[in-house]
Amino acid sequence: MSDVRDGAFDEFLDALEEGDGYYLECSNGHGLLPPRRVCPHCGDRELTRRPLPATGEIVTHTSVAVPTPQFDDDAPYVTAIASFGPVRITGIVADADRTDVEIGQPVAVDVEANATTGERTITFRLQ
Amino acid sequence: MSNTIIAGTGMTPFGPHQDRTGRDMFAAAGRAALDDAGLEPEDVDEVFYGNFVGTITENQGHQGPIAAEALGTTAPSRRVESACASSGAAIRDAVRAVRSGDSDVVVAGGMERMSNVGTAGATDALARAADDLHEIRAGITFPAAYALMAQAYFDRFGGSHEDLAHIAVKNHENALVNDHAHFQQAISVDDVIEAPEVAAPLGLYDACPISDGGAALVLTSAEYAAEHDLETTVAITGSGHGGDTMALQDRRELAKTPATRDAAEEAYDDADVGPSDVDLVEVHDCFTIAEVLALEGLGLYSYGEGIGAARRGETCRDGRLPVNLSGGLKAKGHPVGATGAAQLIAVASLLEGSHPRADAVEDATLGVAHNAGGTVASATVHVLEVVA
Repeated sequence: MSDVRDGAFDEFLDALEEGDGYYLECSNGHGLLPPRRVCPHCGDRELTRRPLPATGEIVTHTSVAVPTPQFDDDAPYVTAIASFGPVRITGIVADADRTDVEIGQPVAVDVEANATTGERTITFRLQ
Repeated sequence: MSNTIIAGTGMTPFGPHQDRTGRDMFAAAGRAALDDAGLEPEDVDEVFYGNFVGTITENQGHQGPIAAEALGTTAPSRRVESACASSGAAIRDAVRAVRSGDSDVVVAGGMERMSNVGTAGATDALARAADDLHEIRAGITFPAAYALMAQAYFDRFGGSHEDLAHIAVKNHENALVNDHAHFQQAISVDDVIEAPEVAAPLGLYDACPISDGGAALVLTSAEYAAEHDLETTVAITGSGHGGDTMALQDRRELAKTPATRDAAEEAYDDADVGPSDVDLVEVHDCFTIAEVLALEGLGLYSYGEGIGAARRGETCRDGRLPVNLSGGLKAKGHPVGATGAAQLIAVASLLEGSHPRADAVEDATLGVAHNAGGTVASATVHVLEVVA
């Protein structure tokens, strides 16, 4: 793993690991993940840090059979987009078979090391 | 607005050409286009060259001058990178250069070489069209990104893998007579359904292949074409470009592609036409679901209705709106940086009557080319019309 960090993105992962996840919300209610200085939907610069809801909901999902090399040893795996209030997050659904996952299912979010490279990876767990 | 004339076209066969350099493929395509136009390298004012992953697969940045040299000129050039929409964007920029009066003659096109790095290398390179921080690091591959959209589409509007399979079958059927196609091989719905899964619900036959190839067009102003007695059968009469957020997670709607809608509205307005005027279309079917999203974004089908179009035969070559008569990305192949240019070449040759599938659209006078980058975070749409 590289020691070089990706600024606010890694700070966000740090917070998720510590159970202190957050998102950014603009004045018009658009939810965003760091790094952001401005809302891409409305151009608003007043971004406020809000606590991430403990539970999200699967919006869509797929099971990846042919991965990039960084996930060779993880495949097959389920990856999903889940909504946590006004923000959506993309992550891998841990210990799940494709038949286990449905749109609308509740999930919690954490950060875990992937099996291939050990890189920190946003991970969902079915609730 | 003055029309931009398609004075010449050229392309290599699409397919695995792993031992052929990118500059050689673009030279073949570009020189063929100049010959077709009856112009010489010294006539070229600017070169707009689409390429996506050349910095990875050929360890080569700053490819614009290499593309120009391949044509036999050191005219000003640039590499336009917009993922899979790279040469659609290059053509868009080229059209604007001609319309502005800055250039009379431009070459616009693109090239991609990917098979030299193998399937794993190409999968990794192509994934770079997704958001590195928020998607690639969460295990997203390019097929996975479209699978997420397919799942969302099924959830929102209904549809099945079998509906998608009919799109693959149609596009393979269309490519059977296309000697430039990567695949000239008929497949069945069962072949698609039973193929190995890549990213559920998409399987191997829902995906375009990893192709190499080049494509180029010579574009001129109408005035230049008239002064130099160039053939002026087909012109680009409308151009549009749409954008969206890079990552899927930042979109409120995963079953629609607003960038395509915006590009189409701009292109139709530019040409003073509407969706009902379209006789044929080449759309960006990198995956079967992408053809559905494109047809709906282009306003050719209502949202939720495009999924059954191929199954009902409407988009087949004897249907009311033939789609991807070239074979599309699915069967013709998808050398990423060349794809947008190849789509315009297909539309132009179908309108001219020189394409091997032109007999399906004998009375056609207006066609559309739709090129998409990433998960349609970028989209270009061009309207082509017979003008002589």
